[in-house]
Amino acid sequence: MPLRTPLYDVHVRAGARLVEFAGWEMPVQYAGILAEHEAVRTRAGLFDVSHMGEVVFRGPRAMEALQRLFTNDLSRCAVGQAMYGCICRETGGIVDDVVAYRRAADDVLVCVNAANRTKDFEWLRDHAGGAEVANESDAWAQLALQGPRAAAVLQKLTALRLGSVGTYRFASAEVAGIPCLVARTGYTGEDGFELFCAPDRATRLWEALLEAGAPEGVAPAGLGARDSLRLEVAYRLYGSDMDDGATPLEAGLAWVVKFDKGEFVGREALVRQREGGLTRKLVGFTLTDPGIPRHGYPVLRDGKPAGVVTSGTKSPTLHLSIGLAYVPPALAAEGSAFAVEIRGRAAAARVVKTPFYQRKKGDT
Amino acid sequence: MNVPDDLKYTREHEWCRVEGSRALVGITDHAQDQLGDIVYLELPDVGDAVRKGEAFGVVESTKAVSDIFAPVTGKVVEVNDPLSESPETINEDPYEEGWLIRVEISDPAELGDLLDAAGYRKFVEDEAE
Repeated sequence: MPLRTPLYDVHVRAGARLVEFAGWEMPVQYAGILAEHEAVRTRAGLFDVSHMGEVVFRGPRAMEALQRLFTNDLSRCAVGQAMYGCICRETGGIVDDVVAYRRAADDVLVCVNAANRTKDFEWLRDHAGGAEVANESDAWAQLALQGPRAAAVLQKLTALRLGSVGTYRFASAEVAGIPCLVARTGYTGEDGFELFCAPDRATRLWEALLEAGAPEGVAPAGLGARDSLRLEVAYRLYGSDMDDGATPLEAGLAWVVKFDKGEFVGREALVRQREGGLTRKLVGFTLTDPGIPRHGYPVLRDGKPAGVVTSGTKSPTLHLSIGLAYVPPALAAEGSAFAVEIRGRAAAARVVKTPFYQRKKGDT
Repeated sequence: MNVPDDLKYTREHEWCRVEGSRALVGITDHAQDQLGDIVYLELPDVGDAVRKGEAFGVVESTKAVSDIFAPVTGKVVEVNDPLSESPETINEDPYEEGWLIRVEISDPAELGDLLDAAGYRKFVEDEAE
């Protein structure tokens, strides 16, 4: 029996198509993936992401404990700030990629991937050195309002001055009278917000946001658009682009590994890998032949297997076939050519700079 | 769900319009709806042979890759080439502008294995349960 978010009935009433994702029965689309994708790029879309988990570190040892479990440098994360990073095993393999929200000097909420709720909580608890760690995943619903009109829509419903909430910053505030953690974070490459609230208020919050957003053309959006949006900006998807067997260095996440911050779980292995050299790297590519790359398709070099595609789609914004793939370092430089095997045919591909899509500067 | 009465159907959700010795082939309204936005298509060339029940092409939506199966055995005499530039036509008009290929039928007896509209409607309803 798949799990359901507090908004399940709302999705059914809205005529959403539901699919099972990471053990959850989630809306994959409402009007259609392309229409929802476009709504987010040009106006705003509203996502139910209540399947995401929340693990909270509290108390005098919270920061020290999480700093030892997180690859990014939490000492540089001020109260009211969010920080992206990885949680690694001793091998350097990625347990999960997460966003840490520092709510107080001694209180950090870690937002984890839905599929990893239990795994992450157990890993964090077992390696926290006795610090207080709580799995609050069932205590939170989460809605994401994403797109260039997101701030204008949200501002109608809250007294919080959104202009004072910068990217990767957050504040506690009422939205439509509902207490929320209002974070300027997201997974689409657009400006936008993630709102954490109590599960029993989620339906009211959802309806208020859609009502306030109606004049702006805000539409509900599902996991299908969420996936094509995140891929256009080359955000990694745990379980597709990386897993316990991949390190942040391989996955192109070296920018969230702070070797100089002191000891953390996985550091030694990552130092060894950095010094010994990588055997594979995750790169962005576009197909120059017809076809759409998909997760699991082989990467070929001179007709022989040399890597694997981890994500791929026809970019709705760019009208190009784009993807992420693990390739040997020799093929990882921008402009490198390889092939992707699609149903027995070799389709030519070229490594390109990521993100594939970037919103115009000045759009906040 | 739109299921025109004058067509024959496969259990893999293709339709077939018999035109004398030829058959026009496409995917059903139900199939396009289930697939979602269609963004890519692979079709055979004119002159290729297709075999009843075997895949002759591929249709891809944003999320899924799906084979297209031949309702009858025969030779491809025409391909709806403009579709490769505008595959969304299949979503918009699966039974007219969104046709895929025209086939010269090898064995008209095979047509007897296809479902009529009522049979296909029932098949889809049963599949949903």
